[in-house]
Amino acid sequence: MPEVAERRGAAIEIAKLCKEYISGEERTVALTDIDLRIRPGEFLCIVGPSGCGKSTLLRILAGLDRQTSGTIEVNARGWAVQNAMVFQESGLFPWMRVETNVGFGLMTRGVLAAEAAARVDAALKLVGLTKFRRHYPHQLSGGMRQRTAIARAFVTDPAMLLMDEPFAALDAQNRVILQAELVRLWEQTGKTVIYITHSIEEALLLGDRMVVMTAHPGRIKQIIDVPYARPRNLMTLSASAEFGALKLDIWRVLEEEVMRARAEAEG
Amino acid sequence: MSGRSNKTQERLLSLISPVALLALWQVLLMLGFGDRRFIPTPSDIAVQFWQMTVSGELGWHVAVTLYRAFAGFVIGVVPGITIGLLMAMFRPVRIFFDPLIAALFPIPKIALMPLLLLAFGFGDASKIALVAIAVFFPLIVNTYVGAANIEKIYWDVAKNYGASQSVMFRRIVFFGALPMIFAGLRIALAVSFIVLVASEFVATKSGIGYLIWNSWELLRVDVMFVGIVTVGIIGLIISAIFQEIERKVIPWKAE
Repeated sequence: MPEVAERRGAAIEIAKLCKEYISGEERTVALTDIDLRIRPGEFLCIVGPSGCGKSTLLRILAGLDRQTSGTIEVNARGWAVQNAMVFQESGLFPWMRVETNVGFGLMTRGVLAAEAAARVDAALKLVGLTKFRRHYPHQLSGGMRQRTAIARAFVTDPAMLLMDEPFAALDAQNRVILQAELVRLWEQTGKTVIYITHSIEEALLLGDRMVVMTAHPGRIKQIIDVPYARPRNLMTLSASAEFGALKLDIWRVLEEEVMRARAEAEG
Repeated sequence: MSGRSNKTQERLLSLISPVALLALWQVLLMLGFGDRRFIPTPSDIAVQFWQMTVSGELGWHVAVTLYRAFAGFVIGVVPGITIGLLMAMFRPVRIFFDPLIAALFPIPKIALMPLLLLAFGFGDASKIALVAIAVFFPLIVNTYVGAANIEKIYWDVAKNYGASQSVMFRRIVFFGALPMIFAGLRIALAVSFIVLVASEFVATKSGIGYLIWNSWELLRVDVMFVGIVTVGIIGLIISAIFQEIERKVIPWKAE
């Protein structure tokens, strides 16, 4: 049994959130009427077709974008850092060594060198990259780069972890390994995780709940409680018949929406 | 055939054309084509080069020119890079400098020499100022372009991870622009020697430009060639040093 953290991550309450982009005469509604409560320490997956605004939602949560209307309340009491984001293409700075990349969020926040070094050591150990600490990102494989990005996020000890399709660019084997590592880290640290993916399977494997979004405009279609107990064995779970059936049900919901949106766009 | 011997062959091949040219030059003059008083042979030039090196005369001119080039380089490069970075980071800075650069960049900098003589007199200062102005522009433009084209994700990461403006400037924008800054330095190096040697043609009694111009007036064509060859050698050495520095400073640039 992995040890389960006492401390619970951020609670998030999103109410009536809308996001519009205006360019010239054109007005695009990226998100509309998003209402969502995320529980402390929850692993929440967001699934939806491209254009459903899931990345926009994550960027707003990360403070990289601003909503047009609506509110977000984050309760991260007891945590020094509210959020850290893991980007799809790692976003490691090519001019920094692995250890410098990992320590970036500590340097920016003025954490003392000795403490920062110890925390970077621990984070590198956690993701198994201690040997590669002096490497530059271009000397690493794709999987190692994503591990570095995850270490960079965890080292700041954020109350919530925002992940934007972090493993989408990896091969299947690496993805499974990193998924399992991520779940292990999450169980140990109690952080709230918001994980964006376009894969229903990934959302079912990893999440406590999954939010299904639809496009044009981006809105929440359905919220599903993932019925699997933890700890989960990702390999056997994904191979079970019951898993396949649930996946298919959700796919039908999405497919219908994708077709409807397409028909509207053409009509 | 192995890759290495292929490389060696290519290197040898690349030596043939200059060596052949020098040989042809030497042989034609020895056979009596052309007047050796006006066109010295490569061997005459080599002898003159050696004599001037031993006497210390050449070393003196080289030292003076390098001093002017180096001083002007530093004075022009540092503000060029700084303003270029600030332009990329802050819109008002960009709007302030844009028209100025657009207007001044196309002026051939050597055209400013009389003005600089008026302002700084006939000493080193006017030459140093000219080099500084000439290197300032390629640096400001290259730095700005390099910094403005940093991928958006790096700004996002820096912002999300709590970077202040100062961290953004020193750790993200500067390094992101560094490859383009080095390209700018290489351009600046070439430009600085062009304007410096030209400026030394007039109103000075030292430097390689003076050596070339003075020997032309005295019809010492062999000495003139020594000056030309020396400029070439200095350029080669400095750009090799630059390349080495670039390799050390930008280790992430794909090998």
